[in-house]
Amino acid sequence: MADELKLKANEFKSDLRPIWCPGCGDFGVLAAAYRAFAELDLDPDRTVIVSGIGCSSRFPGFVTTYGFHGVHGRALPTAMGVKLANPDLDVIAVGGDGDGFAIGGGHFPHAARRNIDVTYVMMNNQTYGLTKGQVSPTSLQDQKSPSTPFGNVEEPMNVLATAIAADCSFVAQGASFRSKELTELIVEGIKQPGFSFIDAFSPCTAFNNTTQEWKEAVHNLPPEHDPGDRAGAFAAALDAPMGIGIYYRRARATLDGRLRAMQEAAEPGSVDELLDGFAVAERTAA
Amino acid sequence: MYQVRVGVDEVRSQGNAVDLLMCFNQEAFDLHHHELAPDGHIVCDAESVKVTPEFESRSSEVALGGLAQEAGGSRRGKNMVAVGLVCGLLGIDTHKIEQMILKRYAHKGDVGEANIRSLLAGAEHARSVLPAGAHHLAPPKPEETDRVLLSGNQAICLGALHAGLTYYAGYPITPASDILEWLAGRLPRFGGAAIQTEDEIAALASVLGASFAGKKAMTATSGPGLSLMAELVGLAGMAEIPAVIVDAQRSGPSTGMPTKTEQSDLNHALYGGHGEAPRVVMAPTSVEDCFAVIVEAFGAAERFQAPVIMLSDQSLSHRLETVRRPDLSALEVTERLQPNGELNGGYNRYEILPGGVSPMAIPGGRGAYVSTGIEHDEAGNPHYEPELHEAMMDKRFRKFEPLASESRITFTGPGTADVGILGWGSTEGAAIEAAELCLDRGVKVSTCYPRVLGPLPVERLRSWAAGMGRIVVPELNVTGQFARLLRADTGLEVESVTKATGLPFTAQQIADYITDRVRPLDDSGVWESGITGEARVG
Repeated sequence: MADELKLKANEFKSDLRPIWCPGCGDFGVLAAAYRAFAELDLDPDRTVIVSGIGCSSRFPGFVTTYGFHGVHGRALPTAMGVKLANPDLDVIAVGGDGDGFAIGGGHFPHAARRNIDVTYVMMNNQTYGLTKGQVSPTSLQDQKSPSTPFGNVEEPMNVLATAIAADCSFVAQGASFRSKELTELIVEGIKQPGFSFIDAFSPCTAFNNTTQEWKEAVHNLPPEHDPGDRAGAFAAALDAPMGIGIYYRRARATLDGRLRAMQEAAEPGSVDELLDGFAVAERTAA
Repeated sequence: MYQVRVGVDEVRSQGNAVDLLMCFNQEAFDLHHHELAPDGHIVCDAESVKVTPEFESRSSEVALGGLAQEAGGSRRGKNMVAVGLVCGLLGIDTHKIEQMILKRYAHKGDVGEANIRSLLAGAEHARSVLPAGAHHLAPPKPEETDRVLLSGNQAICLGALHAGLTYYAGYPITPASDILEWLAGRLPRFGGAAIQTEDEIAALASVLGASFAGKKAMTATSGPGLSLMAELVGLAGMAEIPAVIVDAQRSGPSTGMPTKTEQSDLNHALYGGHGEAPRVVMAPTSVEDCFAVIVEAFGAAERFQAPVIMLSDQSLSHRLETVRRPDLSALEVTERLQPNGELNGGYNRYEILPGGVSPMAIPGGRGAYVSTGIEHDEAGNPHYEPELHEAMMDKRFRKFEPLASESRITFTGPGTADVGILGWGSTEGAAIEAAELCLDRGVKVSTCYPRVLGPLPVERLRSWAAGMGRIVVPELNVTGQFARLLRADTGLEVESVTKATGLPFTAQQIADYITDRVRPLDDSGVWESGITGEARVG
């Protein structure tokens, strides 16, 4: 069984070699994604991975599915367009913390409130790896970096609490070095109808190497944690921000489902019939 | 303020002067009395407007509210009294208007009847009390075609649906918002959807996502929104994704004058964004043309797998025109090139082919690839080799070559003339009327309006220009953007005549420039003479 799964996971691996640095957490996230796609038996021709810009946004190139490597920060609205154009596709958005919550932060709450049926895996390294280590919206206070030589004077945002406040259908946290759990979270996120957000700790070994401290700090969410309790989930996001597992989960109608119902309820239209509504004069010449 | 121009021949512009000015309040008189034609007439509300002494002989004061109270039982019918006055003065049959009123107030008891009594009182007052009108309308001519009453934005929406639009995304902005609103109510009936996004960036990003996934997709905006979209226009060019972007231009820069018209986004549409991003830029010239050009825009987007920016403007967006009903069978719909067969031998999304266009696989079918804004090889994999970048840049621009010979241009007038008007967009109507005025003054004028401004059909413009004595380029902006483009691309010597008051050209303004080289400065009646566009733009 394990061999069969591994083989199928490998079939999602493209010929392109990742450009990531040795030890980069993104390798672990990519491997978990291969396994999750295999476990879900995704059809590469019916799967689209959408990304923005950054180290982790090179992700679509390393997968044999369709991919869209677009503009910095705009993965979520792009993914919405893909999903609405063809709701039968499985659409996964990927990217980094800067892409997702700095330049692209304005799109996140709208993806959540619309409940687009997209799974968003954010590789969080608390830095800008591609541009060599400036602080990101998730960087810690006092963190020293090329753009904060005296230490970061800003506080990090809590992306889990933000996601729960935005009422994402699914909010989870995993880590590149906790592969089994991350695979399961990606599987659950894709299975969940609506907007799923997975914050994946993915250390940058080159510019903000948190590998060791994160390995020590993360812990599974306690078994009694109830993802159906929004207030409890919010409290856990604040009190236990290094937890691994599903923080919050709530099924609700998806955007594409609502639109499909609207289309089915509408009388089929024609341009000719619409033009009739604008008619003011008929031809009178012979 | 509403302005109406009526004629038995084609009405191409808003006209040169006002024949009948109806003033409900003092502001209407103060702002517009100077536009009155020498034989024009003013009708104003006796209860709220005082005309200046020099206009007294050409004015009629009518107690609109009083007449409405008397006839319909409510002063609120004063607008209907005014409509009746106009009908009476111009000899318009009120029958159709009565039907419209009844329809409008069908569920409001006897409100419709009361309004009709006000309407008829106004018409009767005009006939019996006011001076006999000099402006009676000519009898209608036989209609050669069915006619529809459309705004430019409605024509764009209908044309887009004809072209096969099924995904629209937009952010509210004057004067493009009603495109979003109109499509939101109709697209579900065509199996599609209109989404109001959180900003213009998300609008175009989602349009590119939808187009990548196989749908014909569009967004519409105005200048500020187009500025936000610039980076994504570059992505569409680089990743070769069809997309239609309507820019309903308004007076800029920055917030500018959002409800006023201007043609000042040409440079942005042509060059906006970093790098050299391939795109097609088109401009419709009338409400009727909005329908044809949006179909052509989708055609070019799908055929060349590129972004197409269509530059309309506020004066087209919101004016209502009775136009020939579009002949749908004559407006060809284009589909994008897709790969044939099973693709078992591999598929290169960005294969370099002689015409530059590569077959585009659609998710859901075979041919999985990564659509990307990073420079890439034929397979779509990132690559920075110098020769490859040049070959790919060349491929992406070469696609548009057919437009040089195939893009639509409208010409009026003889092939040899004293003056040629070479313009773009919504000035065409005034230009054609200006040519007629110039002929009365003994100057032969022809017009030429290309629909595709980027890339320009250079050789065809040059050969037309060879027959013209002078070439005049009217446009609604300050710096003469199209004139500069023409000089740069065609090498033609052209005279730029610009106007940036937020209002369209009148035919007379263009004609006066041609015959007297008097150029419009503003619409207050003060014209600056002797300065040509050359002097102004340096």
